[in-house]
Amino acid sequence: MSTLLLLLATGLGLGALYFLVASGLSLIYGLMGVLNFAHGAFLSAGAYGTWWASQHLPGAGPDGAGFWLAVTFGVAVGAVLAALVELLLIRPLYRRHIEQVLVTVGLSLAAVALLQGIWGSDPIPFPRPSWTAGTVRVAGAAIPADRFLLIAAALAVLGGLLALLRYTRVGLVIRAGVENRSMVEALGIDVRRTFTLVFAVGGAAAALAGALGSVYLGSVTPQQGTSLLIFAFIVVVIGGLGSVTGSAAAAVVVGLVQQLANYYAASGVGDLSVVLLLAFVLLARPQGLSGRTA
Amino acid sequence: MTGAPRPATSRAPGEPLLTVRDLHVHLGRSHVLQGVDLDVEKGAVTGLLGRNGVGKTTTLKALLGLVPRTGTIRLQGVDGSIEKRPTPWVVRQGVGYVPEDREVFAGLTVEENLRLAEPMARATGVEPDYDQVHQLFGELYERRKQKAGTLSGGQQQMVALARVLLGRPRLLLVDEPTKGLSPRLVTEVAQVLERVAERTTVLLVEQNLSVVRHLVQRVVVLDAGRVVHRGEAAELLADADRTRELLGVGARRDAKADAGTARPEVTS
Repeated sequence: MSTLLLLLATGLGLGALYFLVASGLSLIYGLMGVLNFAHGAFLSAGAYGTWWASQHLPGAGPDGAGFWLAVTFGVAVGAVLAALVELLLIRPLYRRHIEQVLVTVGLSLAAVALLQGIWGSDPIPFPRPSWTAGTVRVAGAAIPADRFLLIAAALAVLGGLLALLRYTRVGLVIRAGVENRSMVEALGIDVRRTFTLVFAVGGAAAALAGALGSVYLGSVTPQQGTSLLIFAFIVVVIGGLGSVTGSAAAAVVVGLVQQLANYYAASGVGDLSVVLLLAFVLLARPQGLSGRTA
Repeated sequence: MTGAPRPATSRAPGEPLLTVRDLHVHLGRSHVLQGVDLDVEKGAVTGLLGRNGVGKTTTLKALLGLVPRTGTIRLQGVDGSIEKRPTPWVVRQGVGYVPEDREVFAGLTVEENLRLAEPMARATGVEPDYDQVHQLFGELYERRKQKAGTLSGGQQQMVALARVLLGRPRLLLVDEPTKGLSPRLVTEVAQVLERVAERTTVLLVEQNLSVVRHLVQRVVVLDAGRVVHRGEAAELLADADRTRELLGVGARRDAKADAGTARPEVTS
């Protein structure tokens, strides 16, 4: 029983990490039709930004309030990078989807090369608040505290995104734009301004995933963003493109399936199971869990 | 409809609110619009007619900038031509658009659909005209919390019209507002358009000749992306052979339609 609880908590933690990356991807695709392969670069920017800030930023550090200051810095780096990518690279290619894909793929490769060039390809130990190294006992199971950190962060981001979408003017424009971008423009709304905001919000969430994911993994590497991005894309497709709640549900399912399959079948079967789950969803319900079509 | 058709006696065209010259649109390899010239008279309802696929909807989209276009488009009161301007800018000059198939935001409530149009009004320095909207579409107020996707086709058409009227447009582009509606709803939509036309210039794409006869003063007929006829609506519709030749439909005058039952009389 305690093993199952540990697996469930770890699966949920993994799902939370996927959701943080996938939520921005999903909104960006849903609103703008952009398959953003550079999203992993925002994650890496958050991870490296947090690590760098913990070493160099006055007041920041590996523990306590200093850690959160470092995370805030990392998240800001991810958000600013995402906004710049939208303004400088995506906007000039508005409605030219093939070129957008090529640019974002190129950027993701360039980002990995840049990080390797500056800090090398070896894993760098990541600042880890002391309390995340401990465990919390739940019904006899010792659950590592970092799982709760990931789950709490994902819940906070989910709540924040839903509040943004539901209660703000810009959220109304995003929801309408996800349904029918041309009609939003035909009502006199310059939806491109919203694009930058959605990119920045998505970049911030991915950067948070980078920072907290590195706490979970204990280190940061240049390839971290790319490897997590693959699963985030699977989550987005399973959840339904453009749906935040769909992404949340899909992230939980993918995280749990991956974790349980890895333990009860064999190591590595988890990844295979997720791909099979994707294939099943595409065959049975191509519009994803939320019912939205691509 | 509310009664006798508007008088459409022969007269010289009035001052144009919108002037279009040599409008071209290429979509992929198709040269959809091939030099359309068009004047929309201020204060009147101009009908943009033609068979299916001749470029009527594309013309409306080109005016708004929803498709790439070349040519000259001038709107009264706006310096210079507007064909290079993006869609939101054109709309904020007071150009409203009711698209074919309504295109309401199905996942949003009626209220949210309307709220989206508020900036259009404020861009022209006026407050959103909720009074007119509630006056014309009382039912929508009762259904304001309902998702637009759950409304009937006629109700969705009302949302599409209300949404754009909220912005107090000075030019309204309306694309086949009666398409797919029951005869009773055709009458209701035509009545609303008639009241809207009392205060707004309208460019109307419409296949239902009863509605055209009732609302439209001047017509421009397209064929294969070119203008093949322009003139008074009444004159064209009085000539059954010419109407059949240009529109490919019967031009039988339907007395019942004019008497208020508005039975669609398009016969392909």
